[in-house]
Amino acid sequence: MGLPTHEPRGAQLSMSAETAGRPGPAPHASAAALVPYVLGLADDALVLGHRLSEWSGRGPTLEEDIALSNLALDLIGQARLCYAYAGEIEGRGRDEDALAYWRDEHAYRNLLLLEQPNGDFAMTMVRHLLYAAFLDPYFKALSASADARLAEIGAKAAKEMAYHLRHAAEWVIRLGDGTEESRARTAAALEELWMYTGEMFEMEAGETALSAQGIAVDRGTIKPAWEATLARVLAEASLARPADRWMQRGGRAGQHSEHLGRLLAEMQVLHRAHPGASW
Amino acid sequence: MSETLMPLWEVFIRNRSGMPHKHCGSVHAADATMALHAARDVYTRRGESVSIWVTPSSAITASDPGDKDHLFEPTASKPYRHPTFYTVPDEVGHM
Repeated sequence: MGLPTHEPRGAQLSMSAETAGRPGPAPHASAAALVPYVLGLADDALVLGHRLSEWSGRGPTLEEDIALSNLALDLIGQARLCYAYAGEIEGRGRDEDALAYWRDEHAYRNLLLLEQPNGDFAMTMVRHLLYAAFLDPYFKALSASADARLAEIGAKAAKEMAYHLRHAAEWVIRLGDGTEESRARTAAALEELWMYTGEMFEMEAGETALSAQGIAVDRGTIKPAWEATLARVLAEASLARPADRWMQRGGRAGQHSEHLGRLLAEMQVLHRAHPGASW
Repeated sequence: MSETLMPLWEVFIRNRSGMPHKHCGSVHAADATMALHAARDVYTRRGESVSIWVTPSSAITASDPGDKDHLFEPTASKPYRHPTFYTVPDEVGHM
């Protein structure tokens, strides 16, 4: 993770005031690996949550508009818990806002899948199915983490993601098994997004070490559940699972597609123009 | 969204165990499963619910407002149907 190029002035001042003349908080035992890991979870949730929030007021029906906003709020809530925790273990005085609004594109660690534009409704639902089918079992596993805070976050988020998975799956089934038009759009979305699915299962060195200590979840162990969910849903949707292919990667290392910069510009502009603004 | 593809469903939610489901509104949805999702997303966002029922609006048979004279008016002259019409002797205690 690169250092942020901007820090909110207020945060810097209060940090130096607090740490002046006395030792800062004791760093977390495995902070070096834990901070980037938790930031990755936070960025994943925030970027997808922001994408879904772009549907607010534009949903295909009033009911689905509210549903999409609910999904967005679940994810933004998960992001807040993770940012708060990452800030604490980092021990540099950065709070959730500093981490969300004052890091640039290359410091963001989210998966490339999650920054992909919403496209049409089929694209949004396919993206959500691909990710929720992973995140639901992932958070269930994380709820048994040796790290109590991560276990709590996992337990709370697992309940939310179980509904996300159900909602996205029901839609993909109806879109795939619907009209010629909905079927074609859903199949095209699957083809387009498939190359971003490999990154979900990649482990960084630090994450592997955390997983050996029972803190993080070995992403490879989630693959069978993910495959099984997709097989069930795609069969019911009468859609074919795309063939495996060369996979895009780099999100965790801050190498993003052209889309993240624009997303962040819109998301961060208000806070950067008016640091500390609240309502 | 056409009424044929996305018909109307009536939504009933129960806010506490043991209490009856109450009608709270309606949603448009393609089928019963999606109607339950829509009802959950629209009507239970503030922790109101422990249970949801949905039913196609077309399955409900309603009384005709024009019939109110003979359906409901006659009860106005029968106050003895209210429990408060009767005085209960003190000896009976709590009823």
